[in-house]
Amino acid sequence: MTSETVSQNITSPPLESNPNLRFLEEVSGATAGVARLEMCIQCGSCGGSCPSSADMDHTPRQLFAMVRAGMREEALSSNTPWICVSCYHCVVRCPQEVHIADVMYTLKSMAIRTKLYKDATAPDFSATFVDMVETYGRSFEFGLATRHYLKHFPLRLPGMAPMGLGLLTKQRMDITPNRIERIDELKRILQHAKELEAIQ
Amino acid sequence: MTNYLFYPGCSMETSAKAYYESLMAITEILELNLIEIEDWNCCGATEYLGINLIPAYALISRNLALAKNQSNGSNTVVAPCSACYLNLAKADHYMLERPELGEKVNLALQAGGLFYKPGSLEIRHLLDILINDIGLETIKSKVTKPLKGLRVAPYLGCMVPRPDYKKRWSDHEHPVELDRLLIALGAEVIDFPLKTHCCGGHMPQISPSTAFELIRRLLHGADQYKADVLVTVCPMCQMNLDAFQAETNRHFHTNYKIPILFFTQLMGLAFGKEPKQLGFGRELVNAGLALSRIGLEAIETEASITQPKRTKKTGLPMPNMPADTEVNP
Repeated sequence: MTSETVSQNITSPPLESNPNLRFLEEVSGATAGVARLEMCIQCGSCGGSCPSSADMDHTPRQLFAMVRAGMREEALSSNTPWICVSCYHCVVRCPQEVHIADVMYTLKSMAIRTKLYKDATAPDFSATFVDMVETYGRSFEFGLATRHYLKHFPLRLPGMAPMGLGLLTKQRMDITPNRIERIDELKRILQHAKELEAIQ
Repeated sequence: MTNYLFYPGCSMETSAKAYYESLMAITEILELNLIEIEDWNCCGATEYLGINLIPAYALISRNLALAKNQSNGSNTVVAPCSACYLNLAKADHYMLERPELGEKVNLALQAGGLFYKPGSLEIRHLLDILINDIGLETIKSKVTKPLKGLRVAPYLGCMVPRPDYKKRWSDHEHPVELDRLLIALGAEVIDFPLKTHCCGGHMPQISPSTAFELIRRLLHGADQYKADVLVTVCPMCQMNLDAFQAETNRHFHTNYKIPILFFTQLMGLAFGKEPKQLGFGRELVNAGLALSRIGLEAIETEASITQPKRTKKTGLPMPNMPADTEVNP
């Protein structure tokens, strides 16, 4: 993204029919807590504090400018939320107390819903993890690792074999999942939660 | 005996078994009564929050509702894992900050006959309990074998000192609590500037090069300070720095061999417990050399795999990586 595209979006006359004008509201509404995204003063403390910004398409500051400019597709297809490591360095340094990490979670979920993400590795990992949790009530590392690495990193597997073997022999990884007792209760709760989310 | 509701989290049963074993070995000495929340479920780690909002918070809050039902006088939930601690604290915090979220989550919980009133539990990390409830004086008084001569890098990672909703830590970026605890155990503690930097989180599974760089920085830092071991308070940090150390070394042609231990393991040693009771030997980067510095025998794990020795001296020519000797002589 160039700075021209941002300024074009900011200065272009608002169109009544443009749903992207409400993008900022949408993002704030879908975030846990009070996002405070509209308070951002574009100081760049977030990007400067970020340990993984070098691998991001946009720094958090740029991304928030895009959200406020209604650049829905560009923002949701940016890899930035997926590279965010949730370290909360930016969160404690932000002078405006924007809930940056939580906004990143929101943008991830919106990118999944609209299928605008460019690389499926991270969305797939989250989906597989959640699938295990919804099935067993606990995370299941062996199932998660095998399914995920076979699909996305098959070439890393030979090099990782000693580590996998080490984790197994040192009993740090179970090959069968642990289940909670009242999994049906959990499933009912999650099912109802999903219905509530759909109403929003 | 002080009673606490205990949320172990999934990794304590598997990848961080050493954390669980060492914690259980010291609870009696510290008169700490941890009552496990019955039928607790996964907190969703950093994955569920990025998919669905209400289900993610409902998943976390089921644990809070169960804990509250079981409270029996104690309203403090202790989590030893940083991610679990933050998720539980986050759900409690945001359900108060945005009542609509709390209402929806409770509507979902109703489907399972549960309810949680936000703010009715205190959610704290294990380290916080040890420092602020048990106290350094008590801990010091239990030390029978001071860890004299062991150079330790104290490493907290991200999610304990940040975002710190209840302002429990001395600093967000350079808190000194863990340092003080390790000093009380008699260890030589380095002033580790990277103590709250990121271990990479779930990045080894998503963007390996991003993760390896974050892991490298921490290993490099600990190595520069000539730390014998790096001590963590989080299963995820331990996993990334220990299990992915070999892959990181291959990625950067380095040869770091820094054992990554849980702080409870060192507490157990200082309290005179046997290394075997404390989960030593489960780490992939062996802590034997570090243990020998404080006069303890290394543990040979039953399944330590060794390559058969090559009999012929002239074998396949293997490249000698300059980084192996130059970076880490």
